[in-house]
Amino acid sequence: MSAVIETHDHNHHHGPAKGWQRWVYTTNHKDIGTLYLWFSFIMFLVGGSMAMVIRAELFQPGLQIVAPEFFNQMTTMHGLIMVFGAVMPAFVGLANWMVPMMVGAPDMALPRMNNLSFWILPFAFTLLLSTLFMEGGAPNFGWTFYAPLSTTYAPDTVTFFIFGVHIIGASSIMGAINIVATILNMRAPGMTLMKMPLFVWTWLITAYLLIAVMPVLAGVVTMMLMDIHFGTSFFSAAGGGDPVLFQHVFWFFGHPEVYIMILPAFGVVSQIIPTFSRKRLFGYTSMVYATSSIAFLSFIVWAHHMFTVGMPLAGELFFMYATMLIAVPTGVKVFNWVTTMFRGSLTFETPMLFATSFVVLFTIGGFSGLMLAIAPADFQYHDTYFVVAHFHYVLVPGAIFGIMAGVYYWLPKWCGNMYNETLGKCHFWLSFVGMNLTFFPMHFVGLAGMPRRIPDYALQFADFNQISSIGGFMFGATQLLFLYIVINAIRSGKPASQQVWESAEGLEWSIPSPAPYHTFSTPPEVK
Amino acid sequence: MSSDSSYQTYYVPEQSKLPIVMAIGLAVTVFGAGSMLNDMSAGRADSLAHWIFYAGALIIAGTMFNWFSKVIKENHAGMYSDQLNRSFVWGMSWFIFSEVMFFAAFFGALYYVRNFAVPWLGGEGEKGISNMLWPQFQATWPLVNMPDATNFTTPKALVDPWHIPLWNTILLLSSSVTVHFAHTALKKENRAGLKLWLFVTVALGFTFLALQIYEYAEAYNHLGLTLNSGIYGSTFFMLTGFHGAHVTIGGIMLTIMLLRVLKGHFKPDDHFGFEAASWYWHFVDVVWVGLFLFVYIL
Repeated sequence: MSAVIETHDHNHHHGPAKGWQRWVYTTNHKDIGTLYLWFSFIMFLVGGSMAMVIRAELFQPGLQIVAPEFFNQMTTMHGLIMVFGAVMPAFVGLANWMVPMMVGAPDMALPRMNNLSFWILPFAFTLLLSTLFMEGGAPNFGWTFYAPLSTTYAPDTVTFFIFGVHIIGASSIMGAINIVATILNMRAPGMTLMKMPLFVWTWLITAYLLIAVMPVLAGVVTMMLMDIHFGTSFFSAAGGGDPVLFQHVFWFFGHPEVYIMILPAFGVVSQIIPTFSRKRLFGYTSMVYATSSIAFLSFIVWAHHMFTVGMPLAGELFFMYATMLIAVPTGVKVFNWVTTMFRGSLTFETPMLFATSFVVLFTIGGFSGLMLAIAPADFQYHDTYFVVAHFHYVLVPGAIFGIMAGVYYWLPKWCGNMYNETLGKCHFWLSFVGMNLTFFPMHFVGLAGMPRRIPDYALQFADFNQISSIGGFMFGATQLLFLYIVINAIRSGKPASQQVWESAEGLEWSIPSPAPYHTFSTPPEVK
Repeated sequence: MSSDSSYQTYYVPEQSKLPIVMAIGLAVTVFGAGSMLNDMSAGRADSLAHWIFYAGALIIAGTMFNWFSKVIKENHAGMYSDQLNRSFVWGMSWFIFSEVMFFAAFFGALYYVRNFAVPWLGGEGEKGISNMLWPQFQATWPLVNMPDATNFTTPKALVDPWHIPLWNTILLLSSSVTVHFAHTALKKENRAGLKLWLFVTVALGFTFLALQIYEYAEAYNHLGLTLNSGIYGSTFFMLTGFHGAHVTIGGIMLTIMLLRVLKGHFKPDDHFGFEAASWYWHFVDVVWVGLFLFVYIL
């Protein structure tokens, strides 16, 4: 692989503009990636603060800190902000930074639309957050916004929530189209599909999922809007509709959505583990096929979220078996990561710590997912803290640890400086302990029957909830350390080399650190 | 992906004010629309929210005009390589795919209520126990008599598929053929044919819309079939309404293409704007065939 650095000056290929205009008018994939990542971190803190409110209220039984109505707004907004404001934009940010550099492209395929995809988000989330201060309060029906809670019994602000979701969806679709076009059309000569780094592969598949299901989300919120304001009866049985229809359409979006939040993390981890094992990734081809199979299966398992809603037996069985099938390609991936490390020359820098704990903890989340997939058993777990434990195990040490691993791994390439390794390890261990303290006890209270989304609970759950809350505060506070580490690296970290990590492979390591404002204006030749 | 030496640099535009203005336009529009609907449902007659909505829509329309003009100018200035044009091809194809999925949500809803929800309410099938909600309810499709019509309008009659909808099917199917003729004419450098066939397509499209509006007026004023007519009215108007909205968008696209043809735009080997509009048109045509089958006939 050869690096071609732009030395001659095109008339429009100078460095970044100065001041705020650089960020607002930018068409540069690196600027837009940075915007996405900072925005998602801010949303992570906002959504995290809401989680702190929830954990504070649940520190002991009884109602002490917030009113139940406000508690419901907190659980709803926490979920919505973390899913749509923190995790998804963070992955789009990573894609913006890395995909063009990894495939040897000069920028994203449609740079102006790329800027639009980002700038919709601050407006959309301002609108969503402003509902907290409106009459009637913010949406309080859970992030899954089941009808009729979100239609007949919803606060007026649900209208702004619906329109907010519309423009967030438009942003995601445009972002995904841009990523697909970049990957399919902008690869450097010789970069065949099966030579692409796995992060690029997982994002290609994720982008396909986004384009397929975000319109369905738009459809379901439109049905809500019509039911609320125009007298239609999609979710009203009196008119011949069905509230369960809401759940079917929502989860047809919702299940691929959870893979949208994990597949790019699979990609990040598949980049990091080989680097710190000093071996090639084991089973590259099977990784590609496993990711594709997971994406395909994600379209035919949605009703496993609704086992208790009253489905025909054939439906329960089909969705149960189809769901269990997902364990096969996921198992292939876990096997490949472990086998990549097997007899490797391992070192555990911060990205590798996050990546290895990803493999272990995500697998725990996968196993509790298998438990939930068993329809007859699910009747016991449904809507308990066991479900909360399950999806936080796949989202926190899954998606969030994947993002953090990626940030530590590529930060030296972005800003040109190394982060402080000691502090990075502190951040990891505090996050690791805090996160397990928070979510592991939730399995126990959930199996014992503690329902989710309730501000009060029976006395016998008090001890485990206190442990969860202490872990939650610990995990939350630790993220301020992460902020410090990143700012410290940008301002005064030691300069990083071009290679950064001794056995990292890929086009992104063939350019200087920090990456020049424009890279690969003429495509490199990939052998 | 050719590795020959004649690589034309991929055009990466300079900084642009268009996206941020567009984002502001979208934000103003949705804030206005949300306030407007809330005020409407709360019965606030003095609401000014619709002005916010109009202002936002105006910003969006103005930005789109400027954005497309800029793209056309850049293309005419020869700044776009073949590779960049392929990005547009991918972009438009996947955009149309996302639209297909949007319609899939509504077709899926129709499928679910017809095959599961309504029969169950009527006591048929494995979940027929839901009949105990309204024991007198009989499941039929089209669903005219709702389980509990207190809050709904019961229609007197339904739209007859073999009058206006049949004509509309003929209109739209022929417009797909005429837009293809226009495309062929463009590729053969037959400008007169291009103008004629494109004009015919636009005319067919807007005739379709006029008939659709007439059909809606009939449904509301004479048949008593409205959005409020239970699940049949809901699926009928949402599916045909969103299709009508897409025909309107496609019609505007083709009208702009006609104006561009009259200005002398497009060459036999460089007319992606035209192609994109025609793909979109074929797409709304295919959706209509689905509608005619599943909403009107079956």
